[in-house]
Amino acid sequence: MNPRPEPNRKRVLVVDDAATVRMYHRQILEGAGFAVDEAINGIEGLEKALTAPYDLYLVDINMPKQDGYDFLRDLRRREIPQAPAMMISTEAEPHDRRLAYEAGANFYLTKPIKPEELLSHCRLLLGLGGAA
Amino acid sequence: MPFVKPHTPVAPEHDERARPRDLAGLRAILNAPDPMARRWAARDLASHPEAVTDLIARLEVESDPAVREALLTSLTEIGDAAAVAGLVRCLRSQEAALRNEAIEAMKNLPEAVAPVMTDLLRDPDPDVRILAVNVLESLRHPEVENWLIAVVRDDAHVNVCAAAVDLLGEVGSTAALEPLEALKRRFPDEPYIAFAADLALKRVREA
Amino acid sequence: MSDIAISNEDFQKFREFFYRKTGIQFERSKRYFVDKRLVQRIEETGSGSFRGYFTMLRFQASGEELQTLTNLMTVNETYFYREDYQFQCLVDSMLPEVTARRKPGTTLRVWSIPSSSGEEPYSIALYLLEHWPELANWDIELVSSDIDTAILKRAREGSYSQSSVQHLPGETLARHFTVTRDGDYQISDDLRQSVEFTRVNLADPADTRAYRGFDVIFCRNLLIYFDDLSRRKAAEVFYDALNPGGFVCLGHSESMSRISSLFTVRRFPDAIVYQKPESR
Repeated sequence: MNPRPEPNRKRVLVVDDAATVRMYHRQILEGAGFAVDEAINGIEGLEKALTAPYDLYLVDINMPKQDGYDFLRDLRRREIPQAPAMMISTEAEPHDRRLAYEAGANFYLTKPIKPEELLSHCRLLLGLGGAA
Repeated sequence: MPFVKPHTPVAPEHDERARPRDLAGLRAILNAPDPMARRWAARDLASHPEAVTDLIARLEVESDPAVREALLTSLTEIGDAAAVAGLVRCLRSQEAALRNEAIEAMKNLPEAVAPVMTDLLRDPDPDVRILAVNVLESLRHPEVENWLIAVVRDDAHVNVCAAAVDLLGEVGSTAALEPLEALKRRFPDEPYIAFAADLALKRVREA
Repeated sequence: MSDIAISNEDFQKFREFFYRKTGIQFERSKRYFVDKRLVQRIEETGSGSFRGYFTMLRFQASGEELQTLTNLMTVNETYFYREDYQFQCLVDSMLPEVTARRKPGTTLRVWSIPSSSGEEPYSIALYLLEHWPELANWDIELVSSDIDTAILKRAREGSYSQSSVQHLPGETLARHFTVTRDGDYQISDDLRQSVEFTRVNLADPADTRAYRGFDVIFCRNLLIYFDDLSRRKAAEVFYDALNPGGFVCLGHSESMSRISSLFTVRRFPDAIVYQKPESR
């Protein structure tokens, strides 16, 4: 059920090691007209971002080989067009939020994720306005 | 032609190992100022199971990524109950990198991890329980499905259940059907649980 | 035809598992290709069904079946100038960075592993001869290793079939090969002398200890067949073998993202490669 390709679709990279989470985000975002790509950890995310930069990054914290913080820190250092990033995690402590913002996140969302919530924050970060 | 042969077959210019390599010597070098020396000590300690506590203690303070990798590889190679106990302690760290490294190491140690898994899945801290579920992702152990079913059936925390459902889609058998249905009833207002449970149910039924 | 069926959900499940383990992602258009090989292994292992086979794949302690299946799902043939965009990257991007840090006249060191029957190390030598104008200013040590002594012997001999050399440009072939009476292509003695072949087991620290001071390592389409711990250990061997700032090149379907975080990802115009950090 892929939506018709549109020339100006915003490209989103979902970086999460859980396959079901990636599918869930993909379904929500594609349903709203975004183009979605996936990566299983920070290193793969960076390889994809360096190959073709995205308009938005959705990033999990706990991932093998390279976690979400290290991914964002590395991404922010690279000379590519930068884009907003949303950290999505189960960890709700103020400590985790602070680390996420310091690493280069623009927003922090705590699981479990509601589709409307995810979409409205994505739209805000992309400057598309919050309305559905 | 500008291609040349090495004079001696690829000899190292200097050897960081030119120091005492017995257990006492390696323990001392593990805390040396030079990261390369620490790295080699960590690698050589793989053949000394009695050094597990030293390796874990170093891991908790080590900041050089190359030394950390060597420490984790050696802990995985030793892979006994003491190594796993140390790794479990790392799961409680504030530092995401250390937690994830501990998970990866534990995934490779099914026999040593199995005896502590039930306790980990009942830990009072839901973050530790989520990390324990993450260990199950690649664990090659016959109990994996039963552990996941217990989480889905009993765990009160939605995010712990969410992590377990993700894996049940892959390893679940018909034994998982009823617990997955029950999970949906326990969290009727969570769209992610509905999505993940339905996907897992479909996969188990269609197989 | 077999009556073993792979359902849509089975395919999805397998696809996610295989991606997580190997980094290889099969599109839906590859469905027939994947199904055919799965059915073949289900039959050969006597698993009876996808479910039984998948359980073995997921839980088998040795991980052997995953290696067998990976072999079947990837086309692992070796020939001259295979994946030559990486050689282009070597000449255009990696070597310029390496030489910028060195005095002209010093020796650059390249390690190619596995040597297999020699196509890869000789390809590197040929590519440098044909495409790197700076070659005259530097000495190059080209070391190539394999675990298999029989294949090392064949590599040293340097005799190849037509299909093995078919991707080489005609003038390169004419300059560096002679056709034998049997119709094989014999690489020149100069080139045979340009590579030092050695026997190495990557998993044995005693074998790898002496490998230090390299600038570039080619290790293509090998680690994908290793289990997690062996991959990690191989990555550590490469880390220790490289000079600071040195590069590792993996095969096109491989990624360091499944192996290690010791290296920095570098994107060059022709390829993604991995670099040992300059200093920490």
